[in-house]
Amino acid sequence: MQPIGRFQLKTAIPYPLLIGALALLLALLMAVSMITGPAGAGLRDLSAMFASGRSETAWIIIREIRLPRTILAVMIGFTLGLAGAALQGFLRNPLADPGVIGVTSTASLGAVLALYTGISAVFPLALPLMAIAGGLSCVLILQGLAGRGGVLTLILAGVAISSLAGAGASLALNLSPNPYAALEIVFWMLGSVTDRSLEHVALAAPFMVAGWLILGWSALSLDALSLGEDAAASLGVNLKRTRALIVVGTAVSVGAATAVAGGIGFVGLVVPHLMRPLVRHSPSRLLLASGLGGGVLLCASDIVVRLVATGTELRLGVVTALIGAPFFLFLVMRARVELEA
Amino acid sequence: MRLEARDIVVAIGSRRIVDGVSLSVSSGEMIGLIGPNGAGKSTLLRAVLGICEKASGSVTLDGVDLMSIPARERARCIAFLPQERRVEWRLTARDIVTLGRYPHQAGFGRTAPESQAAVDRAIEAVDGGRLLDRPVAVLSGGERTRILLARALAVEAPILLVDEPILALDPYHQLHVMEILKERARSGIGVLAVIHDLAFAARFMDRVVVMNEGGVAADGPPAEVLSAERLAQVYEIDALSGEEAGRRWILPWARRPSG
Repeated sequence: MQPIGRFQLKTAIPYPLLIGALALLLALLMAVSMITGPAGAGLRDLSAMFASGRSETAWIIIREIRLPRTILAVMIGFTLGLAGAALQGFLRNPLADPGVIGVTSTASLGAVLALYTGISAVFPLALPLMAIAGGLSCVLILQGLAGRGGVLTLILAGVAISSLAGAGASLALNLSPNPYAALEIVFWMLGSVTDRSLEHVALAAPFMVAGWLILGWSALSLDALSLGEDAAASLGVNLKRTRALIVVGTAVSVGAATAVAGGIGFVGLVVPHLMRPLVRHSPSRLLLASGLGGGVLLCASDIVVRLVATGTELRLGVVTALIGAPFFLFLVMRARVELEA
Repeated sequence: MRLEARDIVVAIGSRRIVDGVSLSVSSGEMIGLIGPNGAGKSTLLRAVLGICEKASGSVTLDGVDLMSIPARERARCIAFLPQERRVEWRLTARDIVTLGRYPHQAGFGRTAPESQAAVDRAIEAVDGGRLLDRPVAVLSGGERTRILLARALAVEAPILLVDEPILALDPYHQLHVMEILKERARSGIGVLAVIHDLAFAARFMDRVVVMNEGGVAADGPPAEVLSAERLAQVYEIDALSGEEAGRRWILPWARRPSG
């Protein structure tokens, strides 16, 4: 009579195998990304260049154009997947994404101000620098506003910060001196890794890696938190420290990601959902899997952007949202069927 | 091992939820903490555990100040089953019970052999072998309580605090959970359980502490403490009682007219 079979979990892939498979897929996509491109520089053209002794040009294309965008797509995807998984685990809310604590908006505001004031035209790296400063300011505001409160206070403070930073960006658009500046701001906000240099990589990578380490440090507390805050605290979890790790780790890594690529939505929300059944729902095991999954998704999207021929280049953030939103809906419907069955 | 709380005060705003309570739990003892809703029982448990920020007073473990002990080590000495029975995500019963080993090592995954043995013992104690591979989210109330109790038992702490262990269970499972706790106490653990059911308090507890309006109204063996006058005074109820196999039984029967 026991309906055990129905509830028994499908035999999950062993964790090391899953991580290995994701890493392999990621490496493969990176290789594809290096040899894919518009403007007559696909695999055939590149090999033709090497064959005809113009290998110098081919290397320049690969090193100066393809390499930075590939590295950035992978690192930013990893950041968003990891931070999304960490926040969902910490807030115990499947709707959380890295934007929920407001860091995406404050980093965007920093970038928009750089564009609006024209500093970025004089000194190009001012844009990512100001965006990183915006992301870090989010941590200070959050700790000041909601440093001692609970999870709900954190979310509400995040919403308030997001709205305010969003209003600031709108104001900049509203007051922008000419349509061209406004267009530049809007395009930047759509999110892209096109035309980034290795300088962008060097600027953002240390922040992203530091954020990954900080988030990874919180992993085991996330498992205990699935029992609720009191039970976790009784098991020796330091709730305040965990919270600080999550907020700082997310702000530093996502702030840097937004700084070099603009707002890229849905990766941080969808990828953890996609990976969760594969790691048997463990919040700690989800972190690495979700990071790699995010890297795979963003790298693949960035390849798609280059392959789809449109008059104006498709922006990465637009593609991830276009793929992500319907897919998320599919996941929600499937989960509903599962819950209501 | 002896857990001793002295002069515990928890004040939120001008309201004193727990007002100068002293209480002790020793190895092998099974103590029931009873009292009307809002008497401060759950808050007292959290204060004793050291996870209530607004608490003052002293809690000692064999004479050592509890707050001077690192959190992990403290967690190895006192296990806790909170009232909250919600489990996030579709984690299996085995994963949940394994979390009881968190204070001893890391979370899931790298399970040391002695931890595996402790998890097996805890599952055995609650008769949960059949439930292991099922997500806790789809278990019935009785099954879920047993698995969460196994999680607390897997800590293998000398002191166990449980908040309303038989909440929303049918009589069969109420008896089952109480028998598990009694068995733990017999094996040498000190058990402190918040409980609303007076019949179960009278039947299973070695000692009963009655809280009312933030303070302790009585502390002693159930037969003494659960007298008709005290129940009338603390709960404003009349209760039937009698004796069976040398133990007094109690059945709450009617509210007393107020005033």
